[in-house]
Parts: sequence; C-alpha cells; structure tokens
Amino acid sequence: MEAIRIIAGRELRSYFATPLAYVFIVIFLAMMGVFTFYLGGFYERGQADLTPFFSFHPWLYLFLVPAIAMRLWAEERKSGSIELLMTLPVTMWEAVLGKFLAAWLFIAVALALTFPIWITVNYLGDPDNGVIVAAYLGSLLMAGGFLAIGACISAANRNQVVAFIVTVVICFLFMLAGFPLVLNFFSGWLPTAVLDAISGLSFLTHFNALSKGVLDIRDVLYFLLVIGAWLYANTIVLELRKAD
Amino acid sequence: MIRAEGLVKNYGPLRAVDGISFSVQPGEVLGFLGPNGAGKTTTMRMLAGFVPASAGHAEICGFRIDTQPLEAKRRLGYLPEGAPAYGEMAPGEFLHFVGRIRGLGGSALGKRIDEVSARLQLGPVMKQPIETLSKGFRRRVGLAQTILHDPPVLILDEPTDGLDPNQKHEVRELINAMAAEKIIIISTHILEEVDAVCTRAIIIAGGRIVADETPEALIHRSRYHNAVSIRLAHSADLAAVTEDLQQLAGVDHTEVDAHEYSVTAFPKPGAALLTVISELAGARRWPIENLRLEAGRLDEVFRNVTTQDAA
Repeated sequence: MEAIRIIAGRELRSYFATPLAYVFIVIFLAMMGVFTFYLGGFYERGQADLTPFFSFHPWLYLFLVPAIAMRLWAEERKSGSIELLMTLPVTMWEAVLGKFLAAWLFIAVALALTFPIWITVNYLGDPDNGVIVAAYLGSLLMAGGFLAIGACISAANRNQVVAFIVTVVICFLFMLAGFPLVLNFFSGWLPTAVLDAISGLSFLTHFNALSKGVLDIRDVLYFLLVIGAWLYANTIVLELRKAD
Repeated sequence: MIRAEGLVKNYGPLRAVDGISFSVQPGEVLGFLGPNGAGKTTTMRMLAGFVPASAGHAEICGFRIDTQPLEAKRRLGYLPEGAPAYGEMAPGEFLHFVGRIRGLGGSALGKRIDEVSARLQLGPVMKQPIETLSKGFRRRVGLAQTILHDPPVLILDEPTDGLDPNQKHEVRELINAMAAEKIIIISTHILEEVDAVCTRAIIIAGGRIVADETPEALIHRSRYHNAVSIRLAHSADLAAVTEDLQQLAGVDHTEVDAHEYSVTAFPKPGAALLTVISELAGARRWPIENLRLEAGRLDEVFRNVTTQDAA
C-alpha cells in the first residue's frame, strides 16, 4: 500500500514538473466551457441543471484522457526507467495501481476545477444538487474507465502516438457499444443474448444513467469492473512485454 | 551469495543466453566481460529480475528472483545499462523516491542521501533536473541509487561508461572500498577495469561462459606471459640481436617489430628469460632503450577466447 502511495506521489509531481499538467487543465476547462455554453446552449435552455455540461464529458474524455494515458508506460519504456521501477522491491500491481491512481487523481483535480459552473447554476436557479453530485461521480468513473484502457494500451506500445490512436479507437467502441454504429456490425450473426451483453458494455448508457442522478450501484460497479479488468490486463501485458 | 543455475534466454528463435551457471561469494568482485551482443546485459537483467529466464533460475542471498522477487530485490542494488532515471526529477528528489520505495524514511533517509551524494560528488547538481545533467553525472546518480540502501549485493551494468578518467578512478575506488563486505558484479568492456577492481572474471561469448578465472590467471593464458621485450636504439643491429636471442636455451621463438625497432623473445614452457637476457645484453653491450618482462596481454586473451568459441 505504501509503495502505491509513493509511486503515485512521484508520478503526480512529475505531471506538474512539466507543462503537461497546465496545458491539459487549461484545454480541459476551455473545451468544457465551449461545449457547455455554445454547443450545449446552457443559457438558452433556461433550465437550472448541468445536463449540457455533463453530456459532452464522454466526447471530451475520448480525446483528452488518452492524451494523459498514452505516456503512462510508453514513456517509462522509452526512457528505460521501467527497468529501474521493475527492479525495485514493488509488485506489478503496486506499480500499475500507483501510476493509474496518479493519473486518475490528476483528472479528478481538473474536473474539480470546473466548480465555477456549479456555482453559476446555483446562483442562477435552484438545481438539484444531488443529481449534480451523482453526475460528477459518474463522470469521474467514466474517466477512470477510459484511463484504464489507455494505461493498458500504453503498456503494450513503445510509441506514444500509436498508443494514443489505438486508445481513442477502443474507447470510442466502448463508448458507443450500445448504439447502432457498433451493434449493427454484430447483429444478424450473433445471438440476441450476446448483442445485449455487448450493448451492456456501453460507457454512454451507464454514464447517462448516472448523469441523470440515478445512482444505481450497478452502474458504479460496471465502471469499477471495467477499470479492474483493464488494469489486470495491464499487469499481464507488462509482465510479458516489460523488457521488449 | 548470488547463484545462477543454467540461465537461458530465448528471443524467438534466437538464443541470447545459453545456459549460464555460476555463484559469487561475499568479498568477490566479479567482472562480466564479453563482446557486444554476447549476452552480458541479458544475463544481468535475469539476475535482477527484469527479464524472466526461459530456463534456469537465479538466487540472491538465498531468495529466488522468480518466486520471491521482493525479498531478492530488497537485497539488491541494480544499475541498469545506461543508468536510466526519471529525467524531470532532480537527483535529490530521485534518491528520496528510491529510498522511500526501499523502506527508508525520515532523518535516516536524509542522512543516507547526504552520505551517498557526498561519496559520488553529486553536491553541485542535487537540485537540477536529471535530464539536463552530463552523462557522467547521470551515471553517478544511477550509482547513488544502487548503494542508497546499503545492499549486500550490487549488480552494475557498465558503471564507468561515459565517465572521464578521473571519474572512472573515483568509481573504481568506490567499488574497491565496498568490495570487502559485498558481492559485486560489474559488466564492462574496458579490460583494464577488470585488472583494477575484479577478483574474478567471467568472459561470455555467444551466450556461454568461455572463461571463469582470476584476472591473473586470465593474463597468464596470454602467449606474452613471461616473454621479454627489448627495444633497441636505432644504432643497433636488430637482426644480430634477434639471432643471439634465438641461440639462448630457454627461447622458443622470437618476433621482430621493425617499426618499433624491438624484438620479443617467447620462453619455452617453464623457462625464465629475464635474467639470462639481461646478462647477455650486458655482455654484448646492446644499446637497449627499454627491456621488460611481459605479464601478458588481456586484450589478446579476450580476443582468443571470444573469437575461437564463437566460431
């Protein structure tokens, strides 16, 4: 446990030692603003909720989270520091979790910095703050899911650009798993039970439920399982390919 | 103690390491020698638990690196090839990180970092990002990391690569100072280093051990061992001197280097040549500029054992 904390701490500090953290946060907040006010029509709707704000999170994460995730392991590989990390007395799980948690915490910080919009909506009207809290939680969980996918892909690649593109594609498929774009590919030759299972994997479906304030334990569990599964895959990929 | 038992590493159809076994006791400094691509780095990575062995296993202080990796790694200080580190960190932060992972903390860690950085003369750069440091400093940051927790076992992959002669000397002093109570394995392609720090040398070629001896014994394998070289002034008659040498009972054959104006006499097995030759030289009044007894040439031995076995 202690090792996870130390690794996560080192990792998090390294974000802020480079321009990466600041660039990411500025772009994240600017894009959030653009999406919410221009595309989402936050004022024009005349409703005291944050639906236009949260409905664009999946699309923003689709590109920004892989940008954070792509360097997680690819960078260690490129600089050779992975050899140092893997020969220190830490387990593979401690290393994987430490790096993942650092990145997740960083995204949480960026997400927390969107608090002015929450203040704004409370100032302008009388929103249901319970829904907003649930939506924030859902958004963070979804970001964790994207991040776990990206961490695993990053471990399999030395090249950060390749890691980024592959991660975006996989995240995109996971996001839209419940929609015709993905389902039409499988329908016709797979039984309905499998199709239901695939559509059940959709990030968007689970996120939409959470963002409407329905704090269903199954949706939370879904994201935690996705994170767990991809991080498990991450440890296996590292075990197999750490020295390549 | 370090033990390697039949270590094998396959990369697809390529066998990089082909059954390496040895054990090292405390107080020994083992030098790993071999041409590039011979399997030195792969072997060290298997010992340190970074690369899993395809067959065989390694043990550090009685703990197997594959089944008890944490116990083994706690007792090990490992310098990977190229001394990688986290480039955006300063040496002070970096050592702090490694120290805490290794279970040190508080004032004990601070004191230890001070000691180690003084030892490796990192003082002036402790607050600069590692990626901005010169190769020599980076290497020393890597070395600092390996000795931070005062481990009983050190595995150092090319510890002096990229250092200038003074720094090389410092690092060798450091290794010599630690040699008595630790087990140290270093890999190097600098042959003089083996003589300077190692008590034992293993030469690897084509993934196998082709020699495992003390550096002295290796040097004695040289055909130059106990040969006598004479360099003459240009006034002398090189051919006449050579002929005189060949008449001596103990001389097996001679070799002339016309460019250097020197001749080397090789002894018959067991014969000692230095006294007879110097007496002869005095009697004949040869204008000698330099006369010396050859200890042997390590580079020649190295070439011999690595090329004939690879072929």
